[in-house]
Amino acid sequence: MVAKRIIPCLDVKNGQVVKGINFEGLKEVGDAVEMGVRYSREGADELVYLDISASREERGTFTELVEKIALGINIPFTVGGGISSLDDASRLLDAGADKVSVNSAAIARPELISEIAGKYGSQFCVCAIDAKFIDGVWRVTTHGGSRQSSRELFEWAREAQERGAGEILFTSMDHDGTKAGYACEQYAALAEMLSIPVIASGGAGSIAHIVDVLTDGRADAALAASIFHYNEISIPDLKNELRKANVNVR
Amino acid sequence: MIAIVDYDAGNIKSVMNALRRLDVEFELTADPERIKAASKVILPGVGNAAEAMKSLREKGLVELIKGLRKPVLGICVGMQIMCRRSEEGDAQCMGLFDCDVCRFSPEPGVKVPHMGWNGISNLESKLFKGLDEGSFVYFVHSYCPGLCTDTIATCRHGKTLFSAALKYENFYGTQFHPEKSGDVGEMILKNFVAL
Repeated sequence: MVAKRIIPCLDVKNGQVVKGINFEGLKEVGDAVEMGVRYSREGADELVYLDISASREERGTFTELVEKIALGINIPFTVGGGISSLDDASRLLDAGADKVSVNSAAIARPELISEIAGKYGSQFCVCAIDAKFIDGVWRVTTHGGSRQSSRELFEWAREAQERGAGEILFTSMDHDGTKAGYACEQYAALAEMLSIPVIASGGAGSIAHIVDVLTDGRADAALAASIFHYNEISIPDLKNELRKANVNVR
Repeated sequence: MIAIVDYDAGNIKSVMNALRRLDVEFELTADPERIKAASKVILPGVGNAAEAMKSLREKGLVELIKGLRKPVLGICVGMQIMCRRSEEGDAQCMGLFDCDVCRFSPEPGVKVPHMGWNGISNLESKLFKGLDEGSFVYFVHSYCPGLCTDTIATCRHGKTLFSAALKYENFYGTQFHPEKSGDVGEMILKNFVAL
């Protein structure tokens, strides 16, 4: 049986991992490669690196960083942030990324998913979806939650799967940064509806939250950032608690 | 010196990076003389078995690899093309391992590709020296080799029990990616290097 995965997420700007709430007041928390090596040693199953640079020059720096990450760590990693063309995906594949995640650009042009999955396979293409609950609907947002799109979470997740996405990484913008737990009901609904793995993101504040989203929430993987970056919970402790809850983990 | 066979088999950078991390000397080559001169050979592979066989044939390396008497390690599709045949693209393969490669049968709730960390059991080779039964390794594949007398590790995905690793004489193959399998994967690569 495939193990449930624990995925630390590292937001990167100028080679440094940064953390802020709602993309405001960014704080540097460490070197991107060093932190990746540390997490892989502690038992992380996979890493996600998100490029949150603003400019094109910084994007070039990020590709160089991806090469260093690929050399430094011995577990799979996904890269995302600003991927808007097949060329962007190819460049990151060449740099050594195991998967890319697409977000805003796929909302603007859904064919992007078909193109990446068609060329490199579904296992290479993760569709990241940010959504918040507005007027009774889980509305997909773009650009870090700052813009509302015309899409709804469940229909967009289904389309992404049909277009060849290999995984759905859903972040509830209502839960992100709150540390009050994941949007468990939405993950369970996505798991019921989709045949591809679902990664839960947004809201982790304790070990219990992660246990909940991997059991009741039926997610295949749990992603979190600050609770790992600030050593609020350790990955070995988390894995032990998951084993006690009969969750299959590495 | 380890030769990594360069035959347009998808992303082989991760294999090169893994050997760099272990400080193992290697070269990426499709030159028959260099492959013959190497102490060991790694046949990587990502993607499609039929395409991989075609590419290997075009480079004139099929008979050369089959004739090697030094340790050879096939990884993922690199291992699949060392089997008899693959259902993927109906490919006639090298026939070193005594089994065929088939697509996972559809099963409710069982996801294909089989992607992620899974445990390997019935470990029977020096390749797994120092590893515990049930050690987790990283898989990404939709086709898998069946069980046969060459099986040296098994894995279960849904109801399917398949060969996670194979060995015939000096030929070794892993369906999983040791280069992405954390410390366990590094141990397997070190064991191969030490053969």
